[in-house]
Amino acid sequence: MSATDFELPATDGSRHSLSGADAAATVVYWTCNHCPYALAWEDRMHAVSRDYATRGVRTLAINSNDAERYPGDSPAAMAERAAAEDWPHPFLYDESQDVARAWGAERTPHVFVLDADLELRYEGAPDGDYDDESRDAEWLRGALDAVLAGERPPQAKTDPVGCTIKWR
Amino acid sequence: MAGPRVEFLWWSGCPSWERGLAELRGAMEEAGLDPASIEMRQIETEDDAARESFPGSPTIRVDGADVAEAAPSADSPLTCRVYRRRDGRPSPLPDPEDVRAALGSPE
Repeated sequence: MSATDFELPATDGSRHSLSGADAAATVVYWTCNHCPYALAWEDRMHAVSRDYATRGVRTLAINSNDAERYPGDSPAAMAERAAAEDWPHPFLYDESQDVARAWGAERTPHVFVLDADLELRYEGAPDGDYDDESRDAEWLRGALDAVLAGERPPQAKTDPVGCTIKWR
Repeated sequence: MAGPRVEFLWWSGCPSWERGLAELRGAMEEAGLDPASIEMRQIETEDDAARESFPGSPTIRVDGADVAEAAPSADSPLTCRVYRRRDGRPSPLPDPEDVRAALGSPE
């Protein structure tokens, strides 16, 4: 299945689209500021982003939560956090929630791995336990290793675990 | 002597409540308390949350006192609650040691 393209603003004011980047693989994941599951996995997601960037992997994080009821997920709060934590990849805001709906994103975090042709190869959780840092996003890393080797990931889908996306 | 009043408040939209309840029941058994005495209260609306001073799911109170400090937040309480483990890591559940301490168990 080909992923639906998008163009979204990032916390630094730049805009990013899915297409046109010529990446060996792309990680797109939904996250946010207020969810403890997303917070617990965030360091592991950043480590994957840094570790695989040199292998041509592009990472994009997206927040689609309703910022009126959850102001901790507002663009200003996103920008403050991304700057304070020196995020290694763009943090995008999906204000309309259209991208989350188009992709079928349900949770934070919810991870998608695409190959060089932007075909979906893995969807789900980074690993099997938010509370065990030693798991090291092993499901995500395994999917990326397979895609970079031109192979199918060992599992195409796992259940995303985390907070529900906060729809309007 | 009656045991402490233990309340478990939860919102179904956050998946952490089942694991949190299982851990609480285990901690009560360790403390020699009856897990069947837990008062379960489901939070379904923001009005429920306001009435119960519910800061997020799940929330555990022992004799009316929260087992962990709730950080002030402008977000709707109908979400997963952010806890900090004793080593500083964020978590959707309180540190088990905090729960044991609230129940009066030796740490």
